[in-house]
Amino acid sequence: MEKMGVFLCTGCEIAEAVDVAGFEALCGENGAQRYATHPCLCSAEGLSAIRAAVEGGEIDGVLIAACSPRAKATEFAFDRTKVAVERVDLREQVAWSHEHGHEDTQMLAEDQLRMGLARLKRVKLVTPLVETIARTVLTVGGGRTGMQAALAAADLGSPVLLVETGTRLGGYLADVRYLVPERPPYDRIVPNDIREMAARVQAHPGITVHLSTGVERIDGQPGQFEVALRGPGGATTVKVGAIIQATGAAPYDAARLAGLGYGVSPNVITTLELEKMLNEGALQRPSDGKRPDRVAFVQCAGSRDEGHLPYCSSECCATSMKLAAAIHRDHGDVECAIVYRDLRAPGQLERFYKAVQEQPGSLFTRGVVTGVSGNGTGPLTLTVRESLLGDEVKLHADLVVLATGMVPRSADGEAIRAYVDAKRRAEHGDSEKVRKDAAALAEKLKDHAGTEILNLSYRQGPDLPVLQHGFPDSHYICFPYETRRTGIYAAGAVHSPMDAAQATEDAWGAAMKAVQCLAANSRGEAVHPRSGDLSIATFALQRCTQCKRCTEECPFGTINEDAKGTPEYNPLRCRRCGICLGACPERIISFPEYSIDAVASMIKAVEVPDADDEKPRILAFMCENDALPALEEAARRRLTWNAWMRIIPARCLGAVNTVWVADSLSTGFDGVLLLGCQKGDDYQCHYVKGSELAARRMSNVQETLDRLALEAERLQVVEVARDDWAKIPTIFAEFAKNIEDVGPNPYKGF
Amino acid sequence: MSAATTKPLLAVGAGIAGITTALEAAEAGREVVLVEREPAIGGRVLRNHHYFPKLCPPSCGMEINTGRLIRNPRIRLMTATQVARAARTAGGWTVTLVRAPQYVNERCTFCGECSKVCPAKVKDAFNLGATEVPAIRPYHAQAYPQRYVLDRAACPTGCTACAAACSYGAIDLDARETQETLDAGAVVLATGWKPYPLDGLPELGGGRLADVIANVSMERMVAPAGPTGGKILRPSDGAVPKKVAFVQCAGSRDVNHLPYCSAVCCLASLKQAIYVREQLPETEVKIFYIDRRAPGRNEALLTRVAAMEGVRLVKGKVGKIEKGPGGSLSLRVEDVESGTLLAETADLVVLATGMVPQLGADAQSFGIRRDDDGFGLNDAAARVFVAGVARRPEDVASSVRDATGTAAKAIIAAGR
Repeated sequence: MEKMGVFLCTGCEIAEAVDVAGFEALCGENGAQRYATHPCLCSAEGLSAIRAAVEGGEIDGVLIAACSPRAKATEFAFDRTKVAVERVDLREQVAWSHEHGHEDTQMLAEDQLRMGLARLKRVKLVTPLVETIARTVLTVGGGRTGMQAALAAADLGSPVLLVETGTRLGGYLADVRYLVPERPPYDRIVPNDIREMAARVQAHPGITVHLSTGVERIDGQPGQFEVALRGPGGATTVKVGAIIQATGAAPYDAARLAGLGYGVSPNVITTLELEKMLNEGALQRPSDGKRPDRVAFVQCAGSRDEGHLPYCSSECCATSMKLAAAIHRDHGDVECAIVYRDLRAPGQLERFYKAVQEQPGSLFTRGVVTGVSGNGTGPLTLTVRESLLGDEVKLHADLVVLATGMVPRSADGEAIRAYVDAKRRAEHGDSEKVRKDAAALAEKLKDHAGTEILNLSYRQGPDLPVLQHGFPDSHYICFPYETRRTGIYAAGAVHSPMDAAQATEDAWGAAMKAVQCLAANSRGEAVHPRSGDLSIATFALQRCTQCKRCTEECPFGTINEDAKGTPEYNPLRCRRCGICLGACPERIISFPEYSIDAVASMIKAVEVPDADDEKPRILAFMCENDALPALEEAARRRLTWNAWMRIIPARCLGAVNTVWVADSLSTGFDGVLLLGCQKGDDYQCHYVKGSELAARRMSNVQETLDRLALEAERLQVVEVARDDWAKIPTIFAEFAKNIEDVGPNPYKGF
Repeated sequence: MSAATTKPLLAVGAGIAGITTALEAAEAGREVVLVEREPAIGGRVLRNHHYFPKLCPPSCGMEINTGRLIRNPRIRLMTATQVARAARTAGGWTVTLVRAPQYVNERCTFCGECSKVCPAKVKDAFNLGATEVPAIRPYHAQAYPQRYVLDRAACPTGCTACAAACSYGAIDLDARETQETLDAGAVVLATGWKPYPLDGLPELGGGRLADVIANVSMERMVAPAGPTGGKILRPSDGAVPKKVAFVQCAGSRDVNHLPYCSAVCCLASLKQAIYVREQLPETEVKIFYIDRRAPGRNEALLTRVAAMEGVRLVKGKVGKIEKGPGGSLSLRVEDVESGTLLAETADLVVLATGMVPQLGADAQSFGIRRDDDGFGLNDAAARVFVAGVARRPEDVASSVRDATGTAAKAIIAAGR
């Protein structure tokens, strides 16, 4: 910005910690045109002085040198399309955490101001994106979840297009007679109302249903998807804004459960097969059509089993109880035994469990069924281990029902892409070894071939990335709709193992998010987690070398490639995390308020003392979502830390470009520390891949340091969580100690 | 959705469910008033050390949510506020909100000078009363709104030390309760839950034996900001426990207490077993359970803990806990496996107490129906909804899904 004004607060111990007398001159030397102090800048008087300067056009950039940006955030909020704002923290990071009156504290505060001004000079006003947004929501899947999502989105005012590959609505519930209770009194099965729901969907003026229709291709971005459909009437293309994937789950393949008698005896069936049988009004043994006297349910058939599905499918206990209750209702004298490992009837379903237990002819027995023997028409024998009745007991039944778990009907978009890439490399690779390795990888991934559901034309693959076990999910505790493909939301059993009641709720949630995404698009705003952010990235493509790092590393699949490999940015897919900016070796990607140049200038603004001064300088890039708030909490608790530290907030560790590390070392910093979130399977990174990418990139930099005869110890990445406030000062101290041991940066002063 | 022509939604309760409902509706363009009876947002989740199954801190997601809340111009947050009355109108509800006296107002900078001079001590509500803090203090260090709070009733007569120490005019010892009336298009009650009281479980030593604690207290104990600075210690003598027992279904799945399953306690105890083993590798852990309920991907947590050295999962119902020899506790356990009665000992017992819906006065104000267990039921026609654990025992992930969907239900009921 051209006309920068500094507003410095002297309250909250700032003026006691540092001598502010020289700050006006310092700010002037660093480009500030206005300077004012106030004993309480966040007071009405202090704020009106800032507003007057902004509104009078005296300044276009405001530097607020006061508390942390997380304090008084509402008071110091300005319209970023009209004025640039930089918050310099002289309170938490200086006055509350460093010795008052010490020269190191003074140097820190001065550097904070220099860094803030350097950055403010280079940030730009935000220009919001104005785009035409299609308001239609596409729902893929016409089971209960898809129908509920369609009804909810339509009632929220979005036209809905529901496509279903099958010939009818209702999904698997179309073959089901009763449901598990979902409302009080929770103690009895209830008639399945899926037909009424389907009728409501068909009759809804806001919903268009296409049966026997698949998605051939989805181009574009949220608000502007172009969807090619193929159905009985041929191919059509529609414009939609957001997508809900409600493709449900398939029962685990019982053919793999031969040990439990499936495929061996005709009288071993699955819960879904029993559902269909009861729905047709019959209860009979497939072998001879006779009614069984005793039915045994085998729980966890293929679930909670490392050899099959490692997870619990969540709904099978209640489903088996429902079937036992249905048998009791319609075929009163048939006994039902349920063999379970842990009976999982959470919440109010306990009442249902009690009711089924008390039903005459019900037997619940704990144990693990290790085998089912018998064939033809004779009774079947179940071998039950770890039972209450003994280590190995036998149980007889005329019909055995396997409670097979659920397998999400999803496609692993990233694996499909990896397969396609491997196939290509296997044919056209540069060397024999590349071709051989690629062929081996392709063989490993071959099951993913042809599994596409959404057929997204995204560089990173045609479907949602999966988290685990085929479920497309991300931060499933706090943010279950934080999809990795903006504007596309999974709901129901494809999203995560859940029962029908939960799936219906999930449909409501996904509909809310889909409609919300379109509302945010219309306002030009990012969606979660930087919701409300109006900025978008710009790419200086004339300098692009087609290295593809940005297109490969964006966790949200924002960037496509043209035939040459030049990035094609889709701003409506973008979550503004800055990971592309961190990836780009040519430094061509910028956000108006977060750019290579802005951060590099902060680094260069620090006055690094000479080696003789014995005042090392350490730069810490800290994740502004967790690590930095944790540090500020340490300050609020008046913990102190090493005054050699200079801190730069990063949108995410993934948004730290390695050039900044090089800049730091060439500026004379003695060490560089990156503090961010946990990576790996249980990642805490809010942008999924950021901390993992940072760790990988920095380890490459460490190798380079070695080559430059600079010690690799000068660069370190440390994982910290939001509640690690007590540890961070120690992490600083230990790193500072190591740096002292390593000695001053030999490039200092060059 | 034109905010100008529609009434705001009212969300009651700013725990994870209420915050989620408010944020999701507001990010979709709807005006929302979010009221919270405590002085800061975050409810029960912020009092948890870590979430299962990832063992990550709730403060992490709350940091993001607080940022969303601050940035959103369509949410008005009112803390220390409760619903006094509500009347059904043709277009929704007219609600009278009562805000407790704001002895510390928005001018507070969190500087802490007031706390330094405060002569009075009170029990720390954030730490469930386990520690004492000055009467004027931050509610907790991550509190939002970032403002100190004063327990005025604890002030010595005539004391004005805090007001005199405040340079910012943020303290008004004569502040009065305020009332305002709000027209809401629809209402979401996300009032959460309270733990089943320990006093209700005297047979298990609850309220009677110092070393029998509730799972919620364990969460505070291991938190770095908790009463022991994160150390797991026996309350009676501050000793490090050598044997810790977790008693599942303490007051749940029990017709004499809560007939339902609270849905989270198995997972909470599995998580807490990890806390114990990671901090005290020499300490033995036993978990006494009826069924190990770890649905969905939570199964991995059960598998992990079951395989941990020093942890045993025992199928059995703990019937009685008494003082044992040498300051220990003795537990009478019915081992369902073998049909025998076991005598077990422990130094510290954690009761996995269940969740009781917290709806009382708000349920009455809005005339909502409740099921036999006291959980609230949605009433779309009356434009009042219940989200989170006030509606059903569920974990955080389910609460967030539920609360997101409830935002949609409330928007639809209020009329676009």
